Amino acid sequence: MTDLSRRAVMKATGAVGASMLPIGFAPDESSAQEPRNTPAAPSTSGAPQPNSQVQSAPYLFLNSEEAAFIEAAVARLIPADDRWPGALEAGVPNYIDKQLNGAWGTGERLYRSGPWQAGTPSQGYQLPFTPAELFRNAIAAINGEFKGRTPFAKMSAEEQDAYLRGLEAGGKDLGGVPSNVFFSELWESTVEGFFSDPVYGGNRNMIAWRMIGFPGAYASYYDIVHQHGISIDRAPLSLAEDVHGHVHMDPAIPAHLP
Amino acid sequence: MAERLKPVNVVTVGVGMTGAIMGKELAAAGLKVVGIERGPARDTVPNFQSPAIHDELRFAIRKALMQDNVKETVTVRNSSDQTALPMRRWIGFLPGTGLGGALVHWNGQTYRFQPADFIYKTHLEERYGRNFIDAELTVQDWGVSYDELEPHYDRFEYLCGTSGKAGNLKGRIQPGGNPFEGPRSREYPTPPMKEPYYGALFRKGAERLGYHPFPQPASTLSQPYTNPEGLTLQQCVFCGFCERFACEHFAKASPQTIVLPAALKNPNYELRTNCQVLRVNLDSTGKTATGVTYADAAGQEFEQPADIVLITAYALNNVRLLLNSGIGKPYDPSTAEGVVGRNYAYQTVSSATIFYDTDVKVNPFMASGASGTVIDDFSGDNFDHGPHKFIGGAYVGAIMTGGRPIEFHPTPPGTPAWGLGWKEAVARHYNHTVVLTVHGASHPSRRNYLDLDPTYKDAWGLPLLRMTFDFPDNDIRMSSYVTEKAAEIGRAMGGKIVAAAPRRGPYTTTAYQTTHNTGGAVMGNDPKTSVLNRYLQSWDVSNVFVVGASAFAHNATYNPTNTVGALTYWALDAIKNRYLKSPGPLVNT
Repeated sequence: MTDLSRRAVMKATGAVGASMLPIGFAPDESSAQEPRNTPAAPSTSGAPQPNSQVQSAPYLFLNSEEAAFIEAAVARLIPADDRWPGALEAGVPNYIDKQLNGAWGTGERLYRSGPWQAGTPSQGYQLPFTPAELFRNAIAAINGEFKGRTPFAKMSAEEQDAYLRGLEAGGKDLGGVPSNVFFSELWESTVEGFFSDPVYGGNRNMIAWRMIGFPGAYASYYDIVHQHGISIDRAPLSLAEDVHGHVHMDPAIPAHLP
Repeated sequence: MAERLKPVNVVTVGVGMTGAIMGKELAAAGLKVVGIERGPARDTVPNFQSPAIHDELRFAIRKALMQDNVKETVTVRNSSDQTALPMRRWIGFLPGTGLGGALVHWNGQTYRFQPADFIYKTHLEERYGRNFIDAELTVQDWGVSYDELEPHYDRFEYLCGTSGKAGNLKGRIQPGGNPFEGPRSREYPTPPMKEPYYGALFRKGAERLGYHPFPQPASTLSQPYTNPEGLTLQQCVFCGFCERFACEHFAKASPQTIVLPAALKNPNYELRTNCQVLRVNLDSTGKTATGVTYADAAGQEFEQPADIVLITAYALNNVRLLLNSGIGKPYDPSTAEGVVGRNYAYQTVSSATIFYDTDVKVNPFMASGASGTVIDDFSGDNFDHGPHKFIGGAYVGAIMTGGRPIEFHPTPPGTPAWGLGWKEAVARHYNHTVVLTVHGASHPSRRNYLDLDPTYKDAWGLPLLRMTFDFPDNDIRMSSYVTEKAAEIGRAMGGKIVAAAPRRGPYTTTAYQTTHNTGGAVMGNDPKTSVLNRYLQSWDVSNVFVVGASAFAHNATYNPTNTVGALTYWALDAIKNRYLKSPGPLVNT
């Protein structure tokens, strides 16, 4: 630790400001509780279309049939409403695609030695599939089920919900993956993509953080932690905005970079 | 063939908190010490810095600071008639790895155990009679007393700079502190942290019911502090990224902030990282260790001869190394004989969640891992257990650790598991909810134990540790009782909805509870029921000491770190002042 106090560093570096903000993260004056980019009212009868306006990043792992399922499914798991966008609009399919294509998808930190056997519920995940294999097998089985019928992505929202509830209940085999295991991996990934830092490709515009009032990657609340019940009305911050290392929520330091 | 290295005086297996303290002190005493750490070297600068360290997905969900399951995990089952299967990912608990160990990613909660905990069996039998304790529980005395440990607790707290308010100074009860605690020889090194809103809400509710709230003792510091090693810690800024993260601010006690720099300055101390110790080597008598064999990052094996082997890894890994090295007799549940793996215990953790109207803005993200307010009224033996027919207790407190939203998005009972109803409930309740933690004791049982797995191996071809565990019925009854007390406090706090979730069996690895695994290499006065004597020295191999929560004869109400720290200094004192003068058993059998 140098003698220079952390606060002095903040003051000195705070000035780099907006010029270092990455493209796409304009300083934002809207309050934490104010929705931004509110989408059109969600359709309740028809499914959201696989949506090139929303899904701006290219898919690296998911093929078009897989993407259609994921986009439609996450739109039901966390739907848009008239106040807040849902998982689809927040870019969750993009998050899932990047995760499956990366280290997590290929089994990072996953003990993968046999013998493989089904355990008790207390023993947790015991399948030989990596997440990428699990999603690929399960979605192929799901899409196979709809061959010659209206695909999942084109069903009504009610039908989609009923189908997802069926997966959640278990008892169905999806190419070796029990449907409840797939559902739970899909749900966990959807929550992760919705709430993780936007640098991972979901939570676009930190919309999920605005929805709940989580301020993101601020580095200090020292000066306000004892102000019980105060409203935090500043926009959240992503890791990507914290380019100079620290953004302290100190009254003397502008939280919105100039 | 392993390459044989130049002998040294001391090897520590692991350089976390215990290994760093031992290594620093014994090097200072003039011994040549080698600290062998399986994980990477890392430091506050540059490894723990913002913005990268504030990444919930990477650290809390993907567990970047934890032991790599690909290389090494634990197999688990609820009872010995089941087949244990590997924890393929860490979910239920999270063993750390790397320089500094778990003290890099801990929350900083720094409790002492109570005087009665160290004489647990004697105390309970005196107060409640010999037949009060469930027959399956193998509770026993520790072989060391609170009074003996007190100076070592004190030393560890002053190493950390722990922030708190004494409740008992040399027997005199102090206002504002915990009136139930054992006597302290002096005040905490630094005053309590600021009280966040959730702590203040809890304090009011607890006081309304006549309980005794106090600030949770925290090694995330309330103010800058220079410890006896000359190392300076900074003031915690309540950023909300402690547990599962490393501290960027030099505000949390970790080996890197409290002791390692002092060790590394000493030419007697040598650190070797990315080196996996495979076994402790014994001579032909089996009564003396000759050193350790380890594999470096490239897989090359080395034999490091040493006069003293200190096993200073995580509790579970301490036990596994003993078993893989053939030190001590493994516990056999069918005969209840043997000691290594015996008296494994966990922690019985539950919660009560309090949902407020939207006018109560909790701001749960303004937190340290250890800030908050707790009561000790239902801890340990602080209340009369006679009518309740169980032993042990739990502290209750509001100790929210940061409100990071992937992990924390509470919804009231009856909320749909997904869909619009879920989303609306999350948006409605995130900033208006307080979670009370009920942090309870875990008692050893005849049927809970650790041994080597017969099937599954680590990346070096050695057997994994096998855990056989389920919550003893005593602990389920205890959790049910104290969790209801927490719910009553929740209602007194003005919650509109209070959801109590007492601990229920079976033990599951699929939901995080705590990483407080204890026992398996316990200390005691009887070699038939302990692996170590009261100085943490192996009964069987007298130049091996095993330091960690593995030495706990049971797990008491509280977070274990402070007691591990106290035991470390206690054992160190015995090594420095007695063993070095006359190597051999410190207690005769």
